[in-house]
Amino acid sequence: MTGVLATFVRGVIGAIRDLAPIILVIAFFQIVVLQQPFPNLGGVLVGLLCVIAGLTLFVQGLESGLFPLGEEIAQEFANKGSLAALLAFAFCLGFGATVAEPALIAVAGEAAEVAAEAGAIAADAAARAEYAFNLRMVVAGSVGAAIVLGVVRILKGWPIHRLIIGGYVLVTVMTLFAPDEIIGVAYDSGGVTTGTVTVPLVTALGVGLAKSIRGRNPMIDGFGLIAFASLTPIVFVLLYGMVV
Amino acid sequence: MAGFLETLGGTVLSTALDVAPIVGVLVFFQFAVLRRRLPNARRIVAGFGYVLIGLTLFLIGLEQALFPIGETMALQLAAVDAGAGVEAGAGVEAGTEVLGSVRWDDYLLVYAFAAAIGFATTVAEPSLIAVALKAEEVSGGAVRAWSLRLAVAVGVAVGVTLGCVRIVTGTPLPWYILAAYVVVIVQTFRSSRTIVPLAYDSGGVTTSMVTVPVVAALGLGLATSVPGRSPLIDGFGLIAFASVFPIMSVLGYAMAATWLSRRRESHATPAEES
Repeated sequence: MTGVLATFVRGVIGAIRDLAPIILVIAFFQIVVLQQPFPNLGGVLVGLLCVIAGLTLFVQGLESGLFPLGEEIAQEFANKGSLAALLAFAFCLGFGATVAEPALIAVAGEAAEVAAEAGAIAADAAARAEYAFNLRMVVAGSVGAAIVLGVVRILKGWPIHRLIIGGYVLVTVMTLFAPDEIIGVAYDSGGVTTGTVTVPLVTALGVGLAKSIRGRNPMIDGFGLIAFASLTPIVFVLLYGMVV
Repeated sequence: MAGFLETLGGTVLSTALDVAPIVGVLVFFQFAVLRRRLPNARRIVAGFGYVLIGLTLFLIGLEQALFPIGETMALQLAAVDAGAGVEAGAGVEAGTEVLGSVRWDDYLLVYAFAAAIGFATTVAEPSLIAVALKAEEVSGGAVRAWSLRLAVAVGVAVGVTLGCVRIVTGTPLPWYILAAYVVVIVQTFRSSRTIVPLAYDSGGVTTSMVTVPVVAALGLGLATSVPGRSPLIDGFGLIAFASVFPIMSVLGYAMAATWLSRRRESHATPAEES
């Protein structure tokens, strides 16, 4: 029991440490720079307690839930030895994790407005909704493809930098040909695809695969799935901008 | 109170919807394809529950405590600093003429805020905590979770600040990002192989639930208040900065650590003899 309590206290202290910078920055700019009182101070304090409790629970759940789950699944796929099943899983995980991501939904909506303003699509609501929906599907599909590519890389033991640098070159070339209004959206889309549940799962999946395949180093081969998931959307959104 | 409960219900629902596809995929593959019972299934399900409840509480708290102030602050700071620029450009409508009247150093306060908030939101980012914990575990403690997070946070701070300079000056986004790619490529060839994949990963994980809303509000506020900028065109790009610069800072941190330890070794030998 004391063990559980000690873990919990450590978790709370860790959460307070993690949140201290953001609280200090906001307090400093509010009080010293803008010289304004905090609106609704009671609500702010309740909110902070929620944030601290939430972060503590999240970190506990990582260690007991998401990490073991990701590694367990990776090991089972490795034991089963069915490449098709593993790649299908990789695609579905990437696609499923991204398709409902709120940040992506927001960015896709803004992108549709930009496209309508630039005259790339009709200005009515239906055209914009269709553009935003298709863009979301493109990004989700590209994240699915990214996880597949990343898993193949782990299986084959390819060095990551060749693929990533190849991706950079591709982005550079496509930037020259893509319409200007899509470029900002495309570059941003790489950052918004990786949600907070997905990242630990995908990381554990990569590390688990690298651990269960002989000759792979989890540090060199296990990491990198997220990197693919943030690069391929840029390529696919640029392509989408060139095609539409 | 009713308002609070409404937020609570809404957040629980949106978190559940967000996670539903992933849970669907996991359940389908576990039961239809792998067809094996997970060892420790109860512990894992409980852990998943912790994560969901934790994230929901975290988001509710952020929306209650930090986002409203942070977003208003981003908009206000951009407007306060814009004072000088707006006066200089007052009455001039044509974009090109206004461009000349905006000086990049009219917005020093915004840059200070951008750096501070970029750093602070990154330290609080749950996805980064997850990757850093995993990296510490896998590297057997060679990569320290806290140091990695600080390195990433410094990268985001630099990136978001440069991104704000770009919005103020109106220089094209690709110049910055493509130049950053070149630096990353050069660093890649000078770094140890073990840190490269982790550094690439840290670019993608930094921009998540805490950083994106505040940084997006900053970009939007700045693009709205700087004369001659359109929020729709110039508001984009800060996230891109925040995802490329951490790669540089993590690689840079690893290079510096290697260099320091080598220097210490070469200094330590003669010191021991004396």
